[in-house]
Amino acid sequence: MDELSLYVLDITMNSVRAGATEISVTLTQDDEYLTFSVTDNGCGMTKEQVEKLSNPFFTTRTTRKVGLGIPFLKMIAEMSGGDVKIESVSEKESENHGTTTTARFVLNHIDSLPLGDMVETVKTLIQGAPDINFIYKHKTPKGEVNLCCSDLKSVLGDISLAEPEIIAWIDSYLKEQYEAIG
Amino acid sequence: MKTLEELMAIKAKMQDKIAVRTTEGDIRIVVGMATCGITAGARPVLNAFVEAVNAENLGGKVTVTQTGCIGICQYEPVVEIFENGKEKVTYVNMTPEKAKEVIEKHIKGGSVISEYTVSSTNIAK
Repeated sequence: MDELSLYVLDITMNSVRAGATEISVTLTQDDEYLTFSVTDNGCGMTKEQVEKLSNPFFTTRTTRKVGLGIPFLKMIAEMSGGDVKIESVSEKESENHGTTTTARFVLNHIDSLPLGDMVETVKTLIQGAPDINFIYKHKTPKGEVNLCCSDLKSVLGDISLAEPEIIAWIDSYLKEQYEAIG
Repeated sequence: MKTLEELMAIKAKMQDKIAVRTTEGDIRIVVGMATCGITAGARPVLNAFVEAVNAENLGGKVTVTQTGCIGICQYEPVVEIFENGKEKVTYVNMTPEKAKEVIEKHIKGGSVISEYTVSSTNIAK
């Protein structure tokens, strides 16, 4: 994967599969770091599962024997002098369950990947899980880009956010905000 | 500037279309979107399908959805086409360009592009 936005997509897919109904994806950019965090209210993981996450030979899947999502993310974050933090509360432990994954990258490091196309990532997420309330926020020194799916849902009623017309609208809505902060 | 009012207008237009939708003849395009798919380039493939369905106004009979890993990671991006009464077609090593071709020849034209399918590729398991 050659852009960070693909890692954001991959990591957020974990929250989708964890059965979350609300997922916040937040990117924060300052002069030194780019930090992205994904917070969900999905089923969460036990302490033992969290510990095993950076082992590529641990996965809960049955279609294949390896799980590379988190190991990949750790590798590229650490290569650029950043880090990855995962906090999780399993549904077996508490009613307030869910997971927060935070990855930090040093922006000017020679091994840092470009951010890439976040609009494509957000569109892909909404297209694949239109019932989830995604809350997207990208904060940069020049301004913010925001999208809250529940606002769109309250306008659209029972029309799915995955309808191609709606995805096209989301595309231009986000692109306009990105243009405004240049 | 894009506004929520504009979204309301899109909704009004879509409600008429959705009302006449039938399930017969429905085509489902399913794109694999797990780590293996994403790494191999599934995101632009998915978005190419969504954009083409919108541009060609096929939303009434074609839906694009996503799935996880189906276990042939080395052939990602993998796209499956399900159509009522027909056998499933699995396209492998997909690109946005091939996606547009699939829309044109398979979805609109009705003929499978066999050189892109899984059966024409040697599967080594």
